[in-house]
Amino acid sequence: MTRERISKMQEKVNLIFSECDSMELLEQALKVEPQQILKMLLTSSLRGRGGAGFLTSLKWKFASEADGNRKFVVANADEGEPGTFKDREILDKVPCKVLAGMAICAHTIGAREGYIYLRGEYNYMKKSLQQKLDEFNDKIKNMLDFTISIKSGSGAYVCGEETALIESMEGKRGEPRNKPPYPVTEGYLGFPTVVNNVETLVYVAMIMKHGAAHFASLGTEKSKGAKVFSVSGDTPIPGIYELEMGMNLAEFVELFGDGDTKAVQVGGASGFCVPRRKFAETIIGFEGIPTGGSMMLFNSSRSMYNVLHNYLEFFCEESCGQCTPCRVGCQQLRNGIEAVKQRKLPPSHLDVLSKMTRTMKIASKCGLGQSVPNSFNSIVTSFKEEIIY
Amino acid sequence: MSISLSVKTAIEESGNSRENLMSVLQIIRSDLGTLSPAILTEVADQMGLSRADVYGTATFYSFLETTPVGKYSIRICRSISCDMKNKNAVREALENHLFIKKGETTKDGMFTLTETNCLGHCHEGPVMLVNDEIHTELTPDSAVKIIEEIRIREGVDE
Ligand SMILES: Cc1cc2nc3c(=O)[nH]c(=O)nc-3n(C[C@H](O)[C@H](O)[C@H](O)COP(=O)(O)O)c2cc1C
Ligand code: SF4
Repeated sequence: MTRERISKMQEKVNLIFSECDSMELLEQALKVEPQQILKMLLTSSLRGRGGAGFLTSLKWKFASEADGNRKFVVANADEGEPGTFKDREILDKVPCKVLAGMAICAHTIGAREGYIYLRGEYNYMKKSLQQKLDEFNDKIKNMLDFTISIKSGSGAYVCGEETALIESMEGKRGEPRNKPPYPVTEGYLGFPTVVNNVETLVYVAMIMKHGAAHFASLGTEKSKGAKVFSVSGDTPIPGIYELEMGMNLAEFVELFGDGDTKAVQVGGASGFCVPRRKFAETIIGFEGIPTGGSMMLFNSSRSMYNVLHNYLEFFCEESCGQCTPCRVGCQQLRNGIEAVKQRKLPPSHLDVLSKMTRTMKIASKCGLGQSVPNSFNSIVTSFKEEIIY
Repeated sequence: MSISLSVKTAIEESGNSRENLMSVLQIIRSDLGTLSPAILTEVADQMGLSRADVYGTATFYSFLETTPVGKYSIRICRSISCDMKNKNAVREALENHLFIKKGETTKDGMFTLTETNCLGHCHEGPVMLVNDEIHTELTPDSAVKIIEEIRIREGVDE
């Protein structure tokens, strides 16, 4: 029953994994003027699917207006957010659509070089992806002056952050830069660079194929279109699902839960934990909780202390250490909940920690440190007893 | 292959400019197994970079080890979805089988066992990487079997 319902919902969307002749799509798309493409993207309201949700039309517009002898298009395939596994699937199942999206971007902003930044954890995909790339580069030779290559990561979550990613592409430590300047004006090697999530690029290709109106007709007013969700945890049907944006969490849990769902972590370790009593009022989308796609379900057998501890351990390990609020803050949070659990510090210490997260949010240099407070505060607020006892 | 030749080959394959340093280090790591101080010094000298720069870059990345590691790096996913699928049981089975604790390398230099962050297979956990190969839906027994098969293969090879 539920499976049928989910299938129907997926069929209604069916954009990312649909079969399509990417070369034909590209041929048509390249006939469209860059200005017109920007207009289509604006009408579609497509926002980045990598987490931050920046308007794709605007990002491309800035890059197209920026001056530079060279410009770059980068597909962000670093996919390190715990609970996210959709970019791997997209690159595996429909690589040509990703490449087509990159070529459309190149055409729009005037780039001649493109890179896929593939996380080291996905090295096993590299060979077949390289083959697809070689074929693609060869096929588009007569259409567009554009060549794509792969750059590999080596196991660092923070390199998913676009400026850290660029540092890493330049062969350096993956330490995020100060913004501004943004990559669209000063990116890879100092040249204008568009960094887009893998999924975003496929949606661009599909908007060129099916039209902006079709895309905008899906989802809600504030969260148009669809999104690929990575569903894991306590669910009988873990996996990858492309669904309309703007669903509320109660509906989501009805479809994917195991009947005993007590909380859902929306957006991975850097996202928010929503307890059962808030399912009905929580929308998955830009008007509620935006997500890069990670949806982790927890049933009542799970200790939310363990969940939070796991996230904090993750952040301690992945913080690049450049700025104090993040480097020290992550450690203090982890040590702090350990101390409260072991009765070395009173429960009121959680309030001290919560106050400290305000500093982290304001004073951290990049999105990593800025978003640690999300999971900390949402879990501590809703599951205080589990953290203390 | 000698260090100097291996470094030279990696640089020829990747290119000599600064932005190719990662690629150079990745190739050498996979050819020589680890990035020892001697290797990093050689890379710095051949690419015309400071040693501190090269060392700093390598040590930033968890897959570019600068200390001795086994021929096979076993990395068990420690993120919450795999944790909920009992990755601890898989880790303990491997620890017992290999007579090492996580973070250690077997005496024969064959295996290093570590835990790593999300491997991107959360719907089919617990999972582990063995070098560049992914293994999903593990049980303690199946994980041990994978390691035993490698041992047999290695025995035959030698
Ligand atoms: C710590 C951190 C990790 C990130 N990891 C990723 C990632 O793995 N993939 C991704 O597409 N975006 C990631 N992002 C977001 C990128 O910085 C960037 O906003 C995104 O790639 C832009 O693409 P989009 O506009 O298509 O979403 C991360 C951001 C932060 C702060
Ligand atoms: S917030 Fe954290 S990860 Fe980001 S720059 Fe600062 S220390 Fe590095």
